[in-house]
Amino acid sequence: MNLFGHFISAQALYSQLLVGLINGSFYALLSLGLAVIFGMLNIVNFAHGAFYMVGAFVAYFLLHLTEIEFFGARPFADIVIFGWRFTGINYWWALILAPLIVGALGAVVERTLIKQIAGLDHLYGLLLTFGLALIIQGVFQNEFGSSGKPYPSPEALRGPINLGFMYLPMYRGWVIVFSVVICFSVWFAIEKTKLGAYLRAATENPTLVRAFGINVPLMITATYGFGVALAALAGVLAAPINQVRPGMGADIIAVVFAVVVIGGMGSIMGSVLTGFALGVIEGLTKVFYPEASNTVVFVIMAIVLIIRPSGLFGRVA
Amino acid sequence: MSASSIVTPHGAHAFRDAAIPFALLVAFVVAAPFFAYPFFVMQMLCIALFACAFNLLIGYVGLLSFGHAMFLGLASYVCSHAAKVWGLPPELAILSGVAVSALLGLVAGALAIRSHGIYFAMITVALSQMVYFVCVEAPFTHGEDGIQSVPQGYALGLFDLSKTPILYTYVAVIFLLGFFLVYRTVNSPFGEILKAIRENEPRTTSLGYRVVRYKLMAFVLSAALAGLAGATKAIVVQNASLTDVSFGMSGEVVLMTLLGGMGTLYGPVVGAVVVVAMQNYLAGFGEWVTVIQGVIFVACVLLFRRGIVGELGRVIGWSL
Repeated sequence: MNLFGHFISAQALYSQLLVGLINGSFYALLSLGLAVIFGMLNIVNFAHGAFYMVGAFVAYFLLHLTEIEFFGARPFADIVIFGWRFTGINYWWALILAPLIVGALGAVVERTLIKQIAGLDHLYGLLLTFGLALIIQGVFQNEFGSSGKPYPSPEALRGPINLGFMYLPMYRGWVIVFSVVICFSVWFAIEKTKLGAYLRAATENPTLVRAFGINVPLMITATYGFGVALAALAGVLAAPINQVRPGMGADIIAVVFAVVVIGGMGSIMGSVLTGFALGVIEGLTKVFYPEASNTVVFVIMAIVLIIRPSGLFGRVA
Repeated sequence: MSASSIVTPHGAHAFRDAAIPFALLVAFVVAAPFFAYPFFVMQMLCIALFACAFNLLIGYVGLLSFGHAMFLGLASYVCSHAAKVWGLPPELAILSGVAVSALLGLVAGALAIRSHGIYFAMITVALSQMVYFVCVEAPFTHGEDGIQSVPQGYALGLFDLSKTPILYTYVAVIFLLGFFLVYRTVNSPFGEILKAIRENEPRTTSLGYRVVRYKLMAFVLSAALAGLAGATKAIVVQNASLTDVSFGMSGEVVLMTLLGGMGTLYGPVVGAVVVVAMQNYLAGFGEWVTVIQGVIFVACVLLFRRGIVGELGRVIGWSL
């Protein structure tokens, strides 16, 4: 294929398209969580990237549980049950446990810290969660340095699938399919179920919904926990692809903000579609004009802001 | 400058509230190099000016820019390039940095200013990240290496800036002029309109003010002042690097202003002094400095939102 005077192999195009779709999955999951949290709490969760990173680290800890020292002892080191030896918690369990653990952590953060600034200017939410992000990132950076830790992809998903025109590494295909399923389920749960209706009602008028006997503060805590659990899920998915690094959240958060700005706040489907689309565009830019691959998302954001200041799918800001 | 023209228009203690803290600030600037390493104080003054520029937006217009490092960093690159490659004298090199930052402020402001609150903050994050990547890729910034050994030259063609006392005087004058400009802006009719926008934007619009234009003017002024800080810093440290344009720097200036007191004149200076000193003296603790900064952020938001100077002003009953 010959475009813009470059000679580009179809193989390179497909593989960057795939990388784009993978990144798009992470953008979609992260911006989805941000949108859910923003809808309910009216705060932009600056700590989202940090929770994404923590999710990946929890998966890493679970896998290496037998090697972890607590006060000089290794409590999980030599557990043998009926001849079966415990060797750590694998990827599939991490996919469930990491979001649960991080979600619970998020709920605690909401109850103890974020709750106290309810009713203040929204900017304080941003500042508070930014401080949290610094704390979380700093602690991990101290403990683990800035180099990446390898996380193997699960055995069942190793090796490629032949799609006819290219070989797709099975794990990458899994990430894309799984993210699409999760995003669609969340959209369905919020837009089409009764619980989602409560949630949307509480977003519109929390006082009235409370008067109907629905526990709105609990709902707010659960929403925050759920949003950061989505971030943690993205972190677990990313672990076998991008390695586990303390800086992984800080690197991605600015792009995710741009995605949210382009998609428009408050639209679940909008943020998901924008996430995938921008991942693909970024991937294609890597093929055609690699120098701009880091900036293309921000350039698109600038153009969208000129044409539609409230974002592609957003309500008027 | 006659005394009456630096007095704030309001309050019975206007002269006291304006003159005494300003005298203290001048005294601090004069005395500091005798107690601390002058090179360190100069960097501190540049960062303090940067914080004052940032505070002009958050404190007086209510706009939280989470990407202000783009103005600081780009100006320091442009100033370094102008001084080293084009061989311009320091004044012109600094001015070219300021001009480029003001221009960037105009473009970034025009894009961001129509959005409010957190939306505005996210747009500035994204725009500054874009400027960061441009600085990584652009040939004139030399990527990871940055621009090294920038010549300091002769101030006004006469005074050798490689001599520390002369350089210190030069930086101190720039800092005090910059600070005074912020002071005059805040206490001018223009500043009153900015404060009106902060308090109630729709009402200001209904009074007939072109709110977007005022916000944009404040944004450009803040960008230019941040550029002045960055360009001056480049002359002091004789290099420009990616640190000054990075997201971390954008976060630090928010921290300084929040800690010192948003919307107070002297808060950003106090905050900058505390944060820079903390970084310097706790440098041995590595990444724990980041954790401490995070804790200060959380503590400021939850416990004392007025900041150091704001609380102090409340206790002694002065408008600082």
